[in-house]
Amino acid sequence: MNTLEDLKTAVINGKRKEVKAIMPDLLDSGFEPSAVLEQALIPAMSVVGERFKRNEIFVPEMLVAARAMKEAMAQLEPRLVAAGIKPQYTAVIGTVEGDLHDIGKNLVATMWKGTGFEVIDLGVNVSADAFLAAIDQHKPHLVGLSALLTTTMPAMKDTVAAIRNAGHTDLKILVGGAPITDSYAAEIGADGYSRDAASAVDAARKALAA
Amino acid sequence: MKFTKLAISNPVDLIYGNAPHPITTRHGMVIGGGTVYPELNFTLPDIDIRKESMPAIARHYKQIVTDALERAAELDVPAVMLEFETLPPMTEFPDLGMEVVDILLHGIEHARDKYGLRATLRCTPNDNREFVRPPVMRGGRYLDAMLELFDRSAAAGTEFLSIESVGGKEVHDDALVNGDLRAVMFALCVLGVRDMRFLWEHIVAIASKHGAYAAGDTACGFGNTAMVLAERKMIPRLFASVVRAITAVRSLVAYECGAVGPGKDCGYENPILKAITGCPMSMEGKTAACAHLSPMGNLAAATADLWSNESVQNIKLLGGMAPTCYMEQLVYDCRLMNCASGEGKESALTLRNWLVKSDAGHDPQALIISPESSVRIAESIVRSKSHYHAGIAAARTAITILREATEGGCLPSDPRETSWLQRMEDELDEMPDTEDEFIDEMLEEVDRTKFNPDEYFFGQPHA
Ligand code: B12
Repeated sequence: MNTLEDLKTAVINGKRKEVKAIMPDLLDSGFEPSAVLEQALIPAMSVVGERFKRNEIFVPEMLVAARAMKEAMAQLEPRLVAAGIKPQYTAVIGTVEGDLHDIGKNLVATMWKGTGFEVIDLGVNVSADAFLAAIDQHKPHLVGLSALLTTTMPAMKDTVAAIRNAGHTDLKILVGGAPITDSYAAEIGADGYSRDAASAVDAARKALAA
Repeated sequence: MKFTKLAISNPVDLIYGNAPHPITTRHGMVIGGGTVYPELNFTLPDIDIRKESMPAIARHYKQIVTDALERAAELDVPAVMLEFETLPPMTEFPDLGMEVVDILLHGIEHARDKYGLRATLRCTPNDNREFVRPPVMRGGRYLDAMLELFDRSAAAGTEFLSIESVGGKEVHDDALVNGDLRAVMFALCVLGVRDMRFLWEHIVAIASKHGAYAAGDTACGFGNTAMVLAERKMIPRLFASVVRAITAVRSLVAYECGAVGPGKDCGYENPILKAITGCPMSMEGKTAACAHLSPMGNLAAATADLWSNESVQNIKLLGGMAPTCYMEQLVYDCRLMNCASGEGKESALTLRNWLVKSDAGHDPQALIISPESSVRIAESIVRSKSHYHAGIAAARTAITILREATEGGCLPSDPRETSWLQRMEDELDEMPDTEDEFIDEMLEEVDRTKFNPDEYFFGQPHA
């Protein structure tokens, strides 16, 4: 019989087929869906994130693990919904208007998914209005803005202002991208900044706990 | 392949300042004719680009061209290239871009009158076609606006037209983060090649209409993205180095369509292209540290005909505004190279070899564009029967070079990295014999939400 530990190991090693086979076995043998998520999948991705942070693995290996987790989530989600369990946090993320850089933003989205957040990725070149519409629709706890161009930093600032002006004063906003700094984040009224995808999880958890 | 033999087949002849097919500008600056000149590139500090902010933007560019050319003249430089790489709204709304072009051309003329400085302009409209997702490559307002800017800019007096085109990038981005060599090959050698043919026909036509030069393209969004990801330890350096070799196949298409150089500074694949085409190339290295880290700050200069700083914001440093300071640095680098070649081939080669040797053992990406490796990769490309086969051949040659170096102790050998050589080789072994088969396979594999085949195969079955 398979254990949560087996599932965790399979996710860490990115063994999608194995994950696919283990999941029904686990779920049928009475493991709570929430336990599968919290004791196997999320810890697996956090191990992967740590390994990446320590430069023990590369992004391709991390993404293989993320896809294995996705495989598990596909089977787990209906059970979670049936049990009335919602993801603890919902996040909306996007690259600000005028900016097409998305490699970094995608990695942040992957890491947030890996930590169990529901992530709505709005893509690139996202206007302030589009962020506002997504906030109304998804009622997120967290919004992530990415900007890689010095010339789109003003758009990031405007987007934060638009969100705040729309009355979302408590909504946590995290920002990132090569030209962004801690002090810029503070200056434009964001709740946090992180310099890479691995620390984006800690930054999100810290902002949400505040 | 249009180029079936090398313009430079002996690595000894692949050297800075000298290209078999030099270019002479209207005012007599000869690029690739024995002297290396600076190519200065600059950008704005954080500022919103809108019609209303144009007066402030204009002041920045006026200041850049005036101060930087004054510094060049003070340092006795006979000639320089300025590159205006647009920011997205300046291409989207050509009126904005043209305002800057006019300022720069005016500044160049002024410097010619005042100091006798032979300066010239390269204009590089940025490729906005991917603002639509999936990208619309062969029509639409982004393409139209970009071609309009090329045309108006050349009509106004810009002498060199370049671009960092993005065809295939929508597939390549994912390919990189997934370490997927097949998808890299598809993006560069199938999609990229087709888009380059389409785009460069237009650029060459515009250039010849106005007596300008169609200069060259760069696989910046491909090879440099890989390089930056590798430097950040996100993907293996050996993988990024093999990607670099393959990018040469894509960038080559500009020259097949009639581009004559100088190739764009950020195309680190340029030494391979110089060996194939004999066209002069712009390169950037240590003087581009203001823009991004590169592992070949010295080595990149070994084959440069123009020496560039990639991009620097117009901000104040102690020595002056940043573009002015960078002009100064470029000038001194060029002086050294020109001084060495002034003493004859042997001295020139001594310096070149030092430039190469000081970097090649530190990083595989550097090794791949060394003169020796460049010629080997170039050879494998011109011997191939199609761009698809050239991509495979370039990758195989790069893998062989990297294997020799890691096994021979010429490069550090980290098992986490070196295991990728075998992985890549296995992937190449699995590649089908013909491009058609490959396309059929890839059209099944690639995420269609990100990419529209019709933009590349345009009504034809595929070819
Ligand atoms: C790759 C790249 C591109 C690719 C983008 C591919 C893609 N799909 O994203 C392409 C080729 C398309 C491109 C285009 C352009 N680029 Co560009 N690009 C880069 C480059 C080399 C690397 C960016 C990258 O992917 N890094 C790797 C990722 C993993 O890192 P990251 O993005 O920083 O993200 C990490 C963190 O910042 C953080 N993070 C990021 N977002 C967020 C969000 C949140 C919420 C959090 C918490 C954290 C976080 O976590 C991420 C993961 O670790 C940079 C150089 C640099 N120094 O950054 C230039 C750079 C950003 N580009 C630049 C320029 C100028 C351009 C162009 C205008 C060029 C042109 N003239 O065509 C166009 C603009 C297109 C547009 N409208 O956006 C300049 C910007 C200069 C300036 N004035 O600001 C740079 C700095 C290069 C340079 N030195 O000149 N570019």
